[in-house]
Amino acid sequence: MSMVDEPLYPIAVLIDELKNDDIQLRLNSIRRLNTIARALGEERTRKELIPFLSENNDDDDEVLLAMAEELGVFIPYVGGVEYASVLLPPLETLCTVEETCVRDKAVESLCRIGSQMRENDLVDWFIPLVKRLAAGEWFTARVSACGLFHIAYPSASEMLKTELRSIYSQLCQDDMPMVRRAAATNLGKFAATVEPPNLKADIMSMFEDLTQDDQDSVRLLAVEGCAALGKLLESQDCVAHILPVIVNFSQDKSWRVRYMVANQLYELCEAVGPEPTRTDLVPAYVRLLRDNEAEVRIAAAGKVTKFCRILNPELAIQHILPCVKELSSDSSQHVRSALASVIMGMAPVLGKDATIEQLLPIFLSLLKDEFPDVRLNIISKLDQVNQVIGIDLLSQSLLPAIVELAEDRHWRVRLAIIEYIPLLASQLGVGFFDDKLGALCMQWLQDKVYSIRDAAANNLKRLAEEFGPEWAMQHIIPQVLDMTNNPHYLYRMTILRAISLLAPVMGSEITCSKLLPVVVTASKDRVPNIKFNVAKVLQSLIHIVDQSVVEKTIRPCLVELAEDPDVDVRYYANQALQSIDSVMMSS
Amino acid sequence: MNGGDGGEVTAAPPAGPPPPLEWKFSQVFGERTAGEEVQEVDIISAIEFDKTGDHLATGDRGGRVVLFERTDMKEHGGSRRDIERMDYPVSRHPEFRYKTEFQSHEPEFDYLKSLEIEEKINKIRWCQTANGALFLLSTNDKTIKFWKVQEKKVKKISEMNIDPSKVVGNGSASSSTVSSSPKPYLANGAYPDRSYSCLNNDMTFPPGGIPSLRLPVVTSTETSLVARCRRVYAHAHDYHINSISNNSDGETFISADDLRINLWNLEISNQSFNIVDVKPANMEDLTEVITSAEFHPTHCNMLAYSSSKGSIRLIDLRQSALCDSHSKLFEEQEAPGSRSFFTEIIASISDIKFAKDGRYILSRDYMTLKLWDINMDSGPVATFQVHEYLRPKLCDLYENDSIFDKFECCLSGDGLRVATGSYSNLFRVFGCATGSTEAATLEASKNPMRRQVQTPTRPSRSLSSSITRVVRRGAESPGVDANGNSFDFTTKLLHLAWHPVENSIACAAANSLYMYYA
Repeated sequence: MSMVDEPLYPIAVLIDELKNDDIQLRLNSIRRLNTIARALGEERTRKELIPFLSENNDDDDEVLLAMAEELGVFIPYVGGVEYASVLLPPLETLCTVEETCVRDKAVESLCRIGSQMRENDLVDWFIPLVKRLAAGEWFTARVSACGLFHIAYPSASEMLKTELRSIYSQLCQDDMPMVRRAAATNLGKFAATVEPPNLKADIMSMFEDLTQDDQDSVRLLAVEGCAALGKLLESQDCVAHILPVIVNFSQDKSWRVRYMVANQLYELCEAVGPEPTRTDLVPAYVRLLRDNEAEVRIAAAGKVTKFCRILNPELAIQHILPCVKELSSDSSQHVRSALASVIMGMAPVLGKDATIEQLLPIFLSLLKDEFPDVRLNIISKLDQVNQVIGIDLLSQSLLPAIVELAEDRHWRVRLAIIEYIPLLASQLGVGFFDDKLGALCMQWLQDKVYSIRDAAANNLKRLAEEFGPEWAMQHIIPQVLDMTNNPHYLYRMTILRAISLLAPVMGSEITCSKLLPVVVTASKDRVPNIKFNVAKVLQSLIHIVDQSVVEKTIRPCLVELAEDPDVDVRYYANQALQSIDSVMMSS
Repeated sequence: MNGGDGGEVTAAPPAGPPPPLEWKFSQVFGERTAGEEVQEVDIISAIEFDKTGDHLATGDRGGRVVLFERTDMKEHGGSRRDIERMDYPVSRHPEFRYKTEFQSHEPEFDYLKSLEIEEKINKIRWCQTANGALFLLSTNDKTIKFWKVQEKKVKKISEMNIDPSKVVGNGSASSSTVSSSPKPYLANGAYPDRSYSCLNNDMTFPPGGIPSLRLPVVTSTETSLVARCRRVYAHAHDYHINSISNNSDGETFISADDLRINLWNLEISNQSFNIVDVKPANMEDLTEVITSAEFHPTHCNMLAYSSSKGSIRLIDLRQSALCDSHSKLFEEQEAPGSRSFFTEIIASISDIKFAKDGRYILSRDYMTLKLWDINMDSGPVATFQVHEYLRPKLCDLYENDSIFDKFECCLSGDGLRVATGSYSNLFRVFGCATGSTEAATLEASKNPMRRQVQTPTRPSRSLSSSITRVVRRGAESPGVDANGNSFDFTTKLLHLAWHPVENSIACAAANSLYMYYA
C-alpha cells in the first residue's frame, strides 16, 4: 500500500473506487475515466488503464454501459489518433456482452473511433476485429459485427472487400434471427459504402434473402432497407429490383410488415420517379389506406400529407382524397386521430379551391368528432389551413368545438386546449378572441384542477405577449384583479401566480399602479400560504419595478411579513429581503 | 411421426413402432425420509429443461428457483456450435447436479384490491443463452421476472492507492476526503458529485502523468454464480397468469391469464400488447377461460391457447393486431347422450405443448391426453386414457376439489412418446408412433416399475377408420391399482418435463425431484 500526497487524494480515491463494492462509486469512477487517464498520463493509460479495463469486464451492465460510452471519446487520452487502436480490445469485449444497450453503445463508440483512425490502422486492427466478431461463437458478437461493416469497408483492399461482402452475406443467413435482424437493420448503411457494381450484385441478393425470411421480425426490417437502398440505386434499377419487393410487401400476410410499408412508402416515390409512382406506388398506398387492420390504416393515414406532397395535385385529388374521406369516418378513433393530426397539411398541397370544396367538409366533420383527441389534433394545426383559405370558413364550427373541449370532463383534454389558445388567438385575431374566448380564459383560472389553473395563468401571460400590454390592460387585468377576493384561498393563490407571470410582460408602470397594490393587500391575507406566496411574488417583482418603489412599498411589506407568526412566511420574506439587499449591492 | 407431410401412416418407418422403453431410476433431489413432513413452501410448482437439455430449472411454492446442470457430458470440449451439432451417442444417461438457487418472487400484497399475491412460481421458461450466462423467465400469479445467472469473479483487491483501514478512521482529512461508507448518500437516493469539484476538467496534471498513482489489482481467480433480476414485467394482468412462452424470434414472449394474452418484448418491461382478450362486456356472460398458451416452436407468428371448454385455438399474429378471432379451432365433439354435470369440468384443458417440429399439439384434460395434428381440426389423432378409472368417482373428486387439479403434459424430443402425471405420485408414458401400444405407469420413487400395471395389449388402431388414425388406449384399471391400494388424491404428480434430446423425464412429487431414463 502506498501513500499518496494530499493534493492527489481525490484522484487516488477515484482510481481505487474503480473496484469498489458499491456500484454507484464504480459508476462514478468510470464516468471520470478521462480524469484518471490524464492523471496517469498517456503512456500509462495505454499500457495500464486500458488493459485493466479489458480485463475487468464482468462488471454490472450499468458500469459497462458507462465504460462503452467513455471509451468512445478516449482518443485524446491515449495519445491521439495514432494510438487509437489500443482502445479496440476493451470495446471488442463489450461488443459481446448480453445486454443490448451495452453492445449498441460499444458499437457506436467503435464506429466513432474507427471513423477517426488512419487507413492503415483500420486495415491492421479494425477490420480483423470486425472479422473476429462476425465469426463470434455467441450471437451477441455477430449482432455487433453487423453495425461495424460500414466503417471497415471503405479502407479495405479489393480482396478484403470481397471477403467482407461475403461475411455480411453469411450474417444475413445466420441461424439466429437476432443476427439476421441486425444485418437487415444495418444493410442500408453498409450498402451506402459499397461500389455500384457490387451493390447491384451482392447487396441486392442479400436484400432479397432478407425479404424472404420466414421471420416477420426480419422481413419488416428489410422494408426499411427498401427506402435506403432505393436512394442508392439508379432509378431504373430501383424500379426493377426494389419496386416489386415493396409492392409485394404492401400485400404481405403480416400486418406488421404492411404497417412498416405504410410508414416508409413515401420515401420510395422519389427514388423510383413519377411514372412508377403513379402506376404502382399510388395503388399500393391506396390499398394500405383501406387495409383491414386499423394499425396499418393509422400508419398510412399519418403519412397522407407527406405522400400527397410528392404527388401532383390531380393524382392526390383523384386517388388519395376519396380514401381520406373514408378515413375521416373510420370506425377506429385512432385512425381518425392520426388523420386529423396531418390532414390540415394537405391544404397547401391541394390549393384553395380543392381545399374549400373537398377538404373543408372533412375538417368540419373531424371537428365534431366524438373523440377529443381528433378535435384537438385539428385545432393544433389550424395555422396550416389558415394560410390557404383563411379562418372565416372554419370559425363557425371552430367555436363550439373549442368551447366543448374547454369544458371537457377530462382535465388533460382541457389542458391540451389551453395550450393551443395562444395559437388560436393569433390565427383568429383580437376581435374574434374578445367576443368568444376571453371568458373561457378567465373561467379556467377557477378550475378544480391545479394543473389547469396553472396553465390558465401561463396562458394569460402568453396572450398578453401576443396582443400587447395595452390590450391586456383592457381585457385581462381588470378581470384578474376582480378575482382577488375569491373566498377560496387556492383561487386567490392562482391570481397571485397570474400576477407574477403578467408583471414582466406588462412593464414597470402598470405593475406599480395596478398589480403591486393588489399584492400588498394580499399580504394581509389570513392564510399563511397566501402570505408566503406574496413574499415570493414580491421577490420576483424586485427586478421589474424601480428601486424607489422597492424601498417604499415592497420592503416595508416584506419586513412586516418577516415578523409573521408562521415560520414559512418568515422564511420566504427573509429570502426576498436578502435578494433585495443583493440587488442593492450589485447596483 | 417426425416429419410426415400429410400422410401420417405412410410416413412411419416401415420397421414398425419403436420398442417400449424400459424406465430406470436415475436421480432424486430433495428426497423425503420416511415420516418427514413436507413444508408447503418446498413443494415444486414448475419444471423446465432448457433447449439443449444441459440445464434444468424448478420453481417452488416458496418463490424459489433452483437450477441443475448436466454433469455426464463435461468431457465434450469444443465450442458451443460443435456441441450443438454433435450427435453424441447415448452412452450414458443424463445426470444432473445442483447448480444454484435464488429467490425469484416474494409474497406481496396488492393494497388497491386487498389481495394477497402468493410467491409461488407458476411457470419457468428458458431464454436464449449468451456468453455462458443463463437467462430465464419466471412468473407467479401477477409478475414475470427476467433472470440472468452468471459466473462472476470474486473480487479481491490489492494494491490500493489509499490504505482502506486509514480511510475509515480518517475523519480529520481535508474536505476532499471521501468517506468509505457510502450509506448516508444512498439513503437519500440521489448521489451528489461530492468532493470531486476539485477534480473538474481544468485540473492540470504533469504531461507524463503522476507516477505514484496505481491501478487496483484484482487477485482472486475464484468465481461464484450470481443471479440478477434484469427486468420485471408487472401490472399487465388482472387475473392469474397461467402460462408464459418464448417466441422463436428470440425477442418476444407471451403471458396468458384467465382472460387475456399479452405480448412482450424481452427488452421492454413497461409496455405490452394485448393480443387476445376473451373478457365479455358483461362478466356474467363468461363461459370460457384461457387455461394455457404456447408459441409455435418455429413459426414466430403462430401461437396456440387452450380453454376451459376443452378447445384449442391456433392464432396467427400476422392477421391482425388483436387476435380475437382464431385461425383454427380444435375441439372434439362430445358423444351424444354422455353429458353429465361433470362433462364440462373434466373437458377443461390444463396444459398444451407443441411437439418439437411444431406439427403436433399435445393437450391434457382431466381424463385424457390428446394429440392433435395442426393440419387436422376435425378431432385428435390420438387419445390416451389417463384417468378413465376415476369416472365413477367424479363426485368425490368434485367434493374434494381434486377434479380441478391441473396436470401438465410433455412430449419426448423425437415426438414418439408423451407423458403426463396422475395421482399417488404416478405418471404415465404412452407411445404415440403409429402402431405403438406402449403404455407404462411409473411411480415417482426409486423403484419406478413397482406399480407398473401390465396392460393387456389391445389393438391400438381401429382398423376400420382408415383415414384418421384414432387411438384409444390405456389402462382401464378399476379404482384401486394393481396392488390393491386405493389411490391417494393428496399425492399428485402435476409437473413433469421430458428432456429435449434424450429419453429422460424429470418429475415432481411434492418437494422431491425424481429423474428417470430409458
